[in-house]
Amino acid sequence: MASRFDIRRQTGFATIAMICFFALYLPIITLVVYAFNAGSSIAIWEGVSLRWFYQAWNNNQVVDASIRSLQISSVAAIVSTIVATMAALATTRTKPYPGLGFKYAFINQPLMVPEIVTAVALLIFFSRIKIWTGYSGLGYLMVAHTAFCIPFAYLPIRARLENMDLSLEIAAADLYATPWKAFRRVTFPLLWPGILAGLMLAFVISLDDVVITEFVKSGGQDTLPTYMLGQFRRVITPEINAISTVFLLISILIVTVFFFISRKKDQE
Amino acid sequence: MPEQPGRNAIEVRGVRKVFGIGESQVAALDTVSVSIRENEFFTLLGPSGCGKTTLLRLIAGFDFPSAGEILLHGQDIAPLPPFKRPVNTVFQNYALFPHMTVAENIGFGLEMLGKPKTEVKARVAEMLKLVKMEALSNRRTSQISGGQQQRVALARALAPQPKVLLLDEPLSALDFKLRKEMQIELKRLQHETGITFIFVTHDQEEALTMSDRIAVMSSGKILQIGTPWDIYDKPAERFVADFIGETNFLTAAISGMGNGKARATLKSGVTIDATVAEGFQPKDNATVVVRPEHAKLTSGKGDLSGTVENIVYFGTDTHIHVRLDSSEAFTVRQQNTRSAGCGFELGDRVGISIGNDAAQILRD
Repeated sequence: MASRFDIRRQTGFATIAMICFFALYLPIITLVVYAFNAGSSIAIWEGVSLRWFYQAWNNNQVVDASIRSLQISSVAAIVSTIVATMAALATTRTKPYPGLGFKYAFINQPLMVPEIVTAVALLIFFSRIKIWTGYSGLGYLMVAHTAFCIPFAYLPIRARLENMDLSLEIAAADLYATPWKAFRRVTFPLLWPGILAGLMLAFVISLDDVVITEFVKSGGQDTLPTYMLGQFRRVITPEINAISTVFLLISILIVTVFFFISRKKDQE
Repeated sequence: MPEQPGRNAIEVRGVRKVFGIGESQVAALDTVSVSIRENEFFTLLGPSGCGKTTLLRLIAGFDFPSAGEILLHGQDIAPLPPFKRPVNTVFQNYALFPHMTVAENIGFGLEMLGKPKTEVKARVAEMLKLVKMEALSNRRTSQISGGQQQRVALARALAPQPKVLLLDEPLSALDFKLRKEMQIELKRLQHETGITFIFVTHDQEEALTMSDRIAVMSSGKILQIGTPWDIYDKPAERFVADFIGETNFLTAAISGMGNGKARATLKSGVTIDATVAEGFQPKDNATVVVRPEHAKLTSGKGDLSGTVENIVYFGTDTHIHVRLDSSEAFTVRQQNTRSAGCGFELGDRVGISIGNDAAQILRD
């Protein structure tokens, strides 16, 4: 036992771990702390106050951008997860054939093509459609977000499907379950944690996208990240910190809820 | 005995199964035909890769034959998907649904058949009792032991009252003691339910103790079908004799055929009578087999002579390995008694006498 290699016992391990922790969390902690600053600087502390939270809450631009962000991200996450689930089923529940590798690459294309390239391509593509149809609503952003969210939803779902014991589905068919019933009663319940993970991932990726949004949005279609970016070009106040803190809280809440749901599923 | 077609549960007629395409084609099953009777405990026995699991999967409907017919009570089921066949399977890894309780697992098939809730409930209770799992009906399948999972898998497959139950090496994951228990349990279940069992195994002892009839398979073909007694005592060819139990192989010159027997002159110069495998016409030279328990070791002269090379103690009996003067190896099995040793020592010169009716001539 004593001779077994254990990375935790190597010299310097604790130091490296601490440095990583600080690098990850110190900026976030600072951000959260200064959200409660009474002064209007994000660097000089002047006492505790909730004034920036009030200000953000009463800032129509912030509220509008937040609502827009949630709308786009919700639609993008749900649609991309549905598409990703179907894609994952189609690519894992089949005998390998020539061209399957190409399909993986095709589905995962948004991970490989630089985002800026996609953004420019979408800008040109959508501007044509805008001219033809006259429509200039949030639909473009929703479609764009859905497209680049698909691989993020696809990966955890495919991983879950690949780890699933295929004989379970065969057993269901053996016990008189039609393909649809076998999917509903066996595959889907076992796949659910993967789908949920894909949904969360897609939501978060969509929520903080800047590049594609910046290119695709029309005037007055700022999402929260593009709004915040715009603010940075002017005066930086702890209002930005306050907004970030609220969003941090929301994402922690979502992840926690997901964690408990998936843990309960696994225990059942 | 002529078989009446109506009494057959499963008839496999000229079934071929080819995997792969073009030059990499492999015939997993090479034109196999076999009839399995109703209420029979039928075993497909063979080494891994012999095609036994492929045949089982074709009967279950998880794969479709490249050629041939599979009849269930006279009706061709080969093109039907698995969910339309009144045939259920016990899987090697059990394949229990992890998100359901023991009772939900057992009721799954009936529920899929659209049976009313009260009927499902009653049947599940009956099955739980049959496999003695009443106390654990609300457990998750991950919370019960391997032997208990095995019972649940059995109950789940038996609950819809299939015409035929397929068992794919279901005992291979169990330890020795539990395996012995489950062998008896399976026989009891088969007897009580009256369902035809088709059992796949590579364990020849399991096959001999449990089956009504056995089909021995090798390289995609069925070599011999018969009762355990047939297979063990009257193997048709060398592979069967070698695969089932332990056997001594001797080369002999054949002279004088008649009445299903032949005169075989062994390398020691002694001539013995040997039965000939059915339908086989031996030429000048042939292989003679003798089971280790059908030969006797003597300190005097026997049909064969040689030197004791090794003595292996097995508790109930002792195996004495003899190097014959013709340089062939020969093993004799001798029943142990409580007080005395086996009576021989390494290096002893010994004779071997082959009992009447102990030798058989085989196809190679």
